[in-house]
Amino acid sequence: MTSVAVEARRPRRSAPAKSLAFVRRHLLTLWSVLFFGYLVLPIAVVAVFSFNAPKGRFNFQWEHFTFSNWTHWNAIPGIQSAVQLSLEIAVIASILATALGTLMALALVRYGFRGRGTTNFVVFLPLSTPEIVLGASLLTLFLNFSTPLGFKTILIAHVMFCVSFAVVTVKARLVGFDRHLEEAAMDLGANEWTTFQKVTLPLIAPAILAALLLCFAISIDDFVVTYFVAGSRVTFPIFVWGAARVATPPQINVIGIAFFVIAVTAMLGNVFVQNYRAKQA
Amino acid sequence: MGVFRLFHRHQGATPYLLLTPGLLWLGLFFLAPLGFLIYQSLESGSIVAGFGFHFSWQWSNYWDALKGYTGEFERSFEYAGLATIIALVVSYPVAYWIAFRGGRWKNLLLLFIVAPFFVTYLIRTLAWQTILADHGVVVRILIDLHLVAHGGRVLATGTAVIAGITYNFLPFMALPVYVSLEQIDQTLVEAAEDLYANKWLAFLRVTFPLSLPGVVAGTLLTFIPAAGDFINATLLGSPTSHMIGNVINSKFNGTIDYPSAAAMSFILMAVILGLVLLYARAVGTEKLTG
Repeated sequence: MTSVAVEARRPRRSAPAKSLAFVRRHLLTLWSVLFFGYLVLPIAVVAVFSFNAPKGRFNFQWEHFTFSNWTHWNAIPGIQSAVQLSLEIAVIASILATALGTLMALALVRYGFRGRGTTNFVVFLPLSTPEIVLGASLLTLFLNFSTPLGFKTILIAHVMFCVSFAVVTVKARLVGFDRHLEEAAMDLGANEWTTFQKVTLPLIAPAILAALLLCFAISIDDFVVTYFVAGSRVTFPIFVWGAARVATPPQINVIGIAFFVIAVTAMLGNVFVQNYRAKQA
Repeated sequence: MGVFRLFHRHQGATPYLLLTPGLLWLGLFFLAPLGFLIYQSLESGSIVAGFGFHFSWQWSNYWDALKGYTGEFERSFEYAGLATIIALVVSYPVAYWIAFRGGRWKNLLLLFIVAPFFVTYLIRTLAWQTILADHGVVVRILIDLHLVAHGGRVLATGTAVIAGITYNFLPFMALPVYVSLEQIDQTLVEAAEDLYANKWLAFLRVTFPLSLPGVVAGTLLTFIPAAGDFINATLLGSPTSHMIGNVINSKFNGTIDYPSAAAMSFILMAVILGLVLLYARAVGTEKLTG
């Protein structure tokens, strides 16, 4: 009985079966390679066309190579102030949203309280609402109170749609958190505030940083909600939108790629630091 | 110091204190606006005709929206649904590959998935405009393969819109699927194989069911924003491939027909929530709201 089982368990692999397994194994790899090619393709196009010197107003046809788009990145009227506004909003909104979100995550993970389910639902709801509905409803609110549209309304909107992302990110870290470390600190005579500062905060700091970066990325990329509440202010995505109808200067590509390079360098640095630390440990 | 009593589960006011700022923000700038949206959707009047809007239980806004823009509503859900399915089929194998074959390169590969999305959404979509352009390489190859009729085009069709949506929301699919695959205990798969399941059967009976929470999260995170999208339809489509987002946007930001735009937004949101709840019930996951 057992010998039969062992026989069935280790079937002799014939040559065709082996090669089939080989192909199958590499099919998955091939698929993934194609997938990454597909992901990168548009980015490569954007990068290449940032060095283009287009003849007309639209940057769709390759003409010839130039550096001048990069050296004169702000030569298009309005582009620099748009980038500045986007950066300002993203910095303030991500800090505010992460602060609010971290506090909420602490409450949701650490405490059992009346209304916890409802709170979870309220946090989840903005994530499951299409952006256009978020933008439209905020606009109706501002119109009803005759709030002038501008910097403040953009900021309000960005904090609103970033908070839920911050809560989710910090919560994920808190759930897997070893409570004994805090208890140990308390046993050693630290009070609650000291424990929070010296133990809790450093341990959830990576999650807070992740939430900050996520909020920053979401904020700086947002077009739809911003478009509804921006009034006459122009963020970088709104600038691109307006430009796309009348002309697409290659400077748009320059800024897109510059931001991409900065973000990817930062993330690569993070990955290598993590790997290094993992090796040290 | 009471705010930081972190160690006892029942601490009276503390959790509420922690929650107040965030909940206030969401209440004032997310929940209250939804209320105003409903209110606005039942108003009548017209700015163009010189009258302001006033509240009048104008339910016909809803019927008019559904009747007048049936095509746009249908296309929204059709395009979003197709894009979600394609995104799942395309990214599941990759998530699987990273989770089980990625080794120490996992983080780097994940970074490669996220990286393209640091180029602004609109610029990415404009890049697809260039790639799918009428005399571009891609269209020429598709014509040679007889996938596109001679002299046919890809840009300004529904196909281009679906392709754009699929691309733009890929990480929302790939990342949650990866996370749930990564958490799977490999000894379960080995156990299935010890019990004479071949690799496929082990995948179908063990790996795939265990990855379902990620699949559910991924499909929702892709489908919801896709259904409300209007950027891809604007930049890659034509008026015959417009979605409901295009109509809402033009009525809010163009013709200033707030009541009917509000009604449409509300229908969109209600249908999406309904679909999400049905879907969640069908798959039976409690992981939805965390």
